[in-house]
Amino acid sequence: MTKVTRYPPGEIIIWLFIMAELLVFGLFFAAYAITRIDNIELFELYQQNLDTTAALYNTIALLSSSYFVIRSVIAIKADEQKNAYRWMLLAVVMGLVFIVIKTDEFAHHIDNGITLSTNTFYMFYLSLAFFHYLHVILGLVVLGVLARNMNKGMYSSKENSSVETGASYWHMVDLVWLILFPLVYVM
Amino acid sequence: MKYTSQMVAKPYFIAAIALFVGQILFGVIMGMQYVVGDFLFPEIPFNVARMVHTNLLIVWLLFGFMGAAYYMVPDEAETELHSPLLAKVMFWIFLAAGVVTILGYLLVPYATLAEITMNDLLPTMGREFLEQPTIIKIGIVVVALAFLFNIGMTILKGRKTVINLVLMIGLVGLAVFFLFAFYNPDNIVLDKMFWWFVVHLWVEGVWELILGSLLAYVLIKTTGVDREVIEKWLYVIIAMALITGLIGTGHHFFWIGTPGYWQWWGSIFSALEPIPFFMMTIFAFNMVNKRRRQHPNKAAVLWALGCSVMAFLGAGVWGFMHTLSFVNYYTHGSQITAAHGHMAFYGAYVMIVLAIISYAMPMLNGRKAANSMKAQIVEMWSFWLMTISMVFITLFLTAAGILQVYLQRMNGDASLPFMVVQDKIEIFYWMREGAGIIFLIGLIVYIASFFVGRDQPEAEMPK
Repeated sequence: MTKVTRYPPGEIIIWLFIMAELLVFGLFFAAYAITRIDNIELFELYQQNLDTTAALYNTIALLSSSYFVIRSVIAIKADEQKNAYRWMLLAVVMGLVFIVIKTDEFAHHIDNGITLSTNTFYMFYLSLAFFHYLHVILGLVVLGVLARNMNKGMYSSKENSSVETGASYWHMVDLVWLILFPLVYVM
Repeated sequence: MKYTSQMVAKPYFIAAIALFVGQILFGVIMGMQYVVGDFLFPEIPFNVARMVHTNLLIVWLLFGFMGAAYYMVPDEAETELHSPLLAKVMFWIFLAAGVVTILGYLLVPYATLAEITMNDLLPTMGREFLEQPTIIKIGIVVVALAFLFNIGMTILKGRKTVINLVLMIGLVGLAVFFLFAFYNPDNIVLDKMFWWFVVHLWVEGVWELILGSLLAYVLIKTTGVDREVIEKWLYVIIAMALITGLIGTGHHFFWIGTPGYWQWWGSIFSALEPIPFFMMTIFAFNMVNKRRRQHPNKAAVLWALGCSVMAFLGAGVWGFMHTLSFVNYYTHGSQITAAHGHMAFYGAYVMIVLAIISYAMPMLNGRKAANSMKAQIVEMWSFWLMTISMVFITLFLTAAGILQVYLQRMNGDASLPFMVVQDKIEIFYWMREGAGIIFLIGLIVYIASFFVGRDQPEAEMPK
């Protein structure tokens, strides 16, 4: 059996979209980094108020979710529809874990009366975190649709371009978090 | 043309072109008033000419969008229009409302117009671009609702396509955001903020959906590329247009009294607004290069390709020039804004409406697919005349704007007063007026293209 590997995986159009999305986040990260240099004391002070443990759990949640998505892609390429479906469900569950933890963090900030106007650090933190949060929700919708379609047997070793497309998007969401976490929480 | 009800598009297109002529005439008058201050004064004061110029633009583009929808939706949905009669009735109501409004601007002092139309019952007048009397605004809502009902019912009973769906979302958004024209809070900050909900969220939000949908339709029809491929492009383009365009509204909130974080949000997101336009350019050229058939209507393809390029330049590049808050601090409300406005509107919206008219009109006039070669050549001449003169209008205004910003705002204590600067940049206004007259000539050639070569056979399908 010959193995067909497309590069890049998924539809080419998703890569244009991913590039554009990375550009948005890239600009935001650059603006954050530059502003931080000018306000180093303010940033360091308020960074201590962030819940690093929660963010670490979220990192584990997103990384494992991405791993499960990979397992799902591998399974569908081997025509193991049932397994692919189960892996995809697990990926969705871990994504939901992220949402629950992050929502709790936002609620905590709101309780403390923190808004975008509190100071420059919170403006950046809340903007970046919330924008990423919206991406996780969108990614979960995509994974949810893929899982539903898998359950219906719509994908196979021959027909899996949509799965790869969705998986690529989900990895982008993951990648952005892997920059956001050290940049905003740790450094 | 597959469905007879598509014929209702024709009067909409004709009215659009007629009002387009009016818009350009007032543009040329205003261009002259920039350099000869009392030209046609007191008959047509500058502020009235400006109001007519901008209002006519919006109204004729709306006629164009409606005509485009009435032509495209039945074709895409593969069914007759729900009610051709309703479309015809709404046409006359909308046209009457438009003409009455323009005559009102020209014949009666604005304050008197407000009084006659009982603006004090529900004050909505007096704001840039939303100058229409309240009663006319209510009329616009009625026409929009009837139009959406007609189009919506047609889509519901027929084939559902992504192109129709995107158009519908764009048109519903257009109607919904117009409702903010009725919200007129006492607080001037809120007033300005919600004013942008109409102005920005139209042209940098939902109108882009309409543009994407119409462009995709013309490309499917003229290139024969798989619908599936075009739809995927459309999804990504509209997603990017919405992400950057909706939050990008923030670039209007820099100096009106809104919280400081808008400096960042507005700058970052609007800086990315060129992306969907860039994608549209790549998309259009890609589809034409991958075409599976040659289409005899060369002029329509030219308009579609030109639209994608000029929209990217005008809305994308010229918008980016002054969208970052630290740049806009200096350039706000200067001739650079005017340069951007001209090329963006022409590239994104004028050209897409002309593209769809170019594609549809031959069929509406009983041709099979295209006009005669002679008519198309005249039409393509008009394309180049109008497009090149618009490039020059933009360049001259940009030069005027850069000088204006430098002399008036960046020269420290030596900065000059507004009117002194206006005198110093007069030469650019003369050149802009020259380019404007060539644009008018281009428009006359465009109209001539409908009347030449009518007795000649249709252009043939190229081999």
